[in-house]
Amino acid sequence: MLSRTADHLFWMSRYIERAENLARLLDVTWQMSLVPQSLEAANQNWNAIIALNSLEEAFAAKYAAVNAENVLRFMVSDPDNYASIHSCLRMARENAHAVRGTVTTEMWETLNSTWLEAREKSFEQIFNAGIGEFFEWVKMRSSLSRGTTLGTLLQDEAYHFIRLGTLLERADNTARILDVKYHVLRPHGDEGATDFYQWGALLRSVSAFEVYRKAYRDVITPERVAELLILRSDMPRSLHFCMNGVVKNVELIANRQSGETQRQAGLLHAQLHYARVEDILEQGLHEWLTDFMDRIYALGDGISKDFLVPMSEAA
Amino acid sequence: MNFYNEMMDANGGVRAHYKCYDDWLKATPPERIARKRAEADLAFHRVGITFAVYGEEAGKERLIPFDIIPRIIPSAEWKSLQSGLRQRVKALNMFLDDIYHDQEILKAGKIPAEQILNNAQYRPVMKGVDVPGGIYAHIAGVDIVRAGEGEFYVLEDNLRVPSGVSYMLEDRKMMMRLFPELFAKNKVAPVQHYPDMLLEKLRAVAPKGVSNPTVVVLTPGAYNSAYFEHTFLAQQMGVELVEGRDLFVKDEVVYMRTTQGPQRVDVIYRRIDDDYMDPQAFRPESTLGVPGILKAYQAGNVTLANAIGTGVADDKSIYPYVPDMVRFYLGEEPTLNNVPTWMCRKKDDLAYVLDHLPELVVKEVHGAGGYGMLVGPASTKEQIEHFRKLLIAKPDGYIAQPTLALSNCPTFVEEGIAPRHLDLRPFVLSSGECVNMVPGGLTRVALTKGSLVVNSSQGGGTKDTWVLED
Repeated sequence: MLSRTADHLFWMSRYIERAENLARLLDVTWQMSLVPQSLEAANQNWNAIIALNSLEEAFAAKYAAVNAENVLRFMVSDPDNYASIHSCLRMARENAHAVRGTVTTEMWETLNSTWLEAREKSFEQIFNAGIGEFFEWVKMRSSLSRGTTLGTLLQDEAYHFIRLGTLLERADNTARILDVKYHVLRPHGDEGATDFYQWGALLRSVSAFEVYRKAYRDVITPERVAELLILRSDMPRSLHFCMNGVVKNVELIANRQSGETQRQAGLLHAQLHYARVEDILEQGLHEWLTDFMDRIYALGDGISKDFLVPMSEAA
Repeated sequence: MNFYNEMMDANGGVRAHYKCYDDWLKATPPERIARKRAEADLAFHRVGITFAVYGEEAGKERLIPFDIIPRIIPSAEWKSLQSGLRQRVKALNMFLDDIYHDQEILKAGKIPAEQILNNAQYRPVMKGVDVPGGIYAHIAGVDIVRAGEGEFYVLEDNLRVPSGVSYMLEDRKMMMRLFPELFAKNKVAPVQHYPDMLLEKLRAVAPKGVSNPTVVVLTPGAYNSAYFEHTFLAQQMGVELVEGRDLFVKDEVVYMRTTQGPQRVDVIYRRIDDDYMDPQAFRPESTLGVPGILKAYQAGNVTLANAIGTGVADDKSIYPYVPDMVRFYLGEEPTLNNVPTWMCRKKDDLAYVLDHLPELVVKEVHGAGGYGMLVGPASTKEQIEHFRKLLIAKPDGYIAQPTLALSNCPTFVEEGIAPRHLDLRPFVLSSGECVNMVPGGLTRVALTKGSLVVNSSQGGGTKDTWVLED
């Protein structure tokens, strides 16, 4: 397969996954903001989203104040913000466009019509219709895209690059959601009283509320939430689950120069496989997640260098 | 002006080959037709069969309007067209082989040598280069129009990178999806095997000694107006769609960059103009091409389809000589007519053209796509005077032809069904001795009332083209 084709497939799936996770993050923040709280606390939540994506400067250049409406506008439908859902859907479609001969007709049509629909929606329309509905729509479109991929695409190299993109992106995004929300909920790391609604919303944002119930049959505790989202190997949005898939797919596409990338993926996977949540929390969850995200980034970089268009040559 | 109507005869009766369709159209409720037309629009949008228009907002894509009334050609008419096309394309390939080798036709004085050798489209780098099978124009998109009492004329021989075949195929697919019953009633010759035929031709012209050639389609990229077609053809043939940056040349061999390392490429169906193919040989600023590819090509290590330098044979200043090429190389009388053409570089011709501008069509010698032309009868005084100045300043840059009374065909337009002018572009494929084509081609229709310009960039649409079998 052409390196450039693999590159487009990889980024196509990363962008649609990113749009979905952003919708999830914004959705949970929006829901949390509906629970009575101080204005300061509310704005802190919204600020965290901007900080999470290192978009402080770009945001400040266009918007006067950090509040729910401005942040939602910026992250949902601002075409100037390369990290907005709008931009992610556009990039997913553009990458698919470049390889529409490689993906199936159904896959292309899904991403193309998603973009065409998104393009027609103004922020006012989205907001007035109930923004939760829009987030649901983004999640469904992402599911549809994943479903058509699974249901129609030959499981050859193209499929492996698409899976790699999805799983790397999801690992990064789950780590981010956990990092930002955990800190808002437990700024000092030892609050005794946990807020059922807030933790519930976090679990729902990664479709893990029912999973939690099934797995623990007990009250929600921050430790278990962290354990579920990091270490549980059969939970589709956990870091462990994502790394299972990353290791498998990297092995399937291996070439003569990819040894080091395979080793790094295997190492990260092994650490998740044998880790205990007590140790992670003792080390400091934020520090641990930061290290994890750095290594996910390095893996993406390694994959680019070994198989795709190296990031330095792209764009 | 009286126009030949493809569907109706002079007395308003329906021509025999349209009878079956006409009965169906009359029997089908207008609501069903309207619903089907909306369905077609939606489907074309969803599949993304669009094209980019130069000069409009970057990346903007438009749909090429599709009309549900087919252009129907009776079997006998097609047979005669087909033999004329075979003859013409064969002669054009022989001409190209000749002018890049012994130049017999110039020695025989059939064409003034300076017309060829000073032509910007003549590529001296191709002199003495042997290409597989002596084929230069593997894919030709010959534009044919019908005028007067219904006789066919060749308007242009497109021998560089003719496009439109994907619309031919998608139009047929759409027609069969919308109105399957029509295909049960009419014996329409199939066209869907075009990609297979193309792949077979491309494989047949692989460099010597290559038994299982790697074929690729080379595109300028996603912002090219015909990008949809490039991806479509690559997918249909099951070959890689590459851009210049995916290829590189090492020791005069072309490779593509893949996830498993470099892979050798043998045949390139390129949809990039000569000028942009190799920054080392042609335009140095081009980023679309592949540095060093010309050397690999000259060494015979890769085949380009079409060959470098075909533009000299479809140049409008050479067009008037094509019938002579047929006589010279094949010793036959040409079956297909040329449109009478005044060459403005000739003094007498220029004088005539300047005197008759309001009734002529004037074309830039190197123009294409309906840009840079004057349609006298449809132009304002200012436009005509503008062209007069251009002609006087640079007479050898232009040719002129009578304004043909192009045939028309009933077409769905806003006010209902009305006649609109059309042309036909069959796609002629050559390799070695064989010249093949699928029955029919792409029918383009000018949707603006009275307009004679069918190019999609100028608001033209398309119709499915049916060749009826006996």
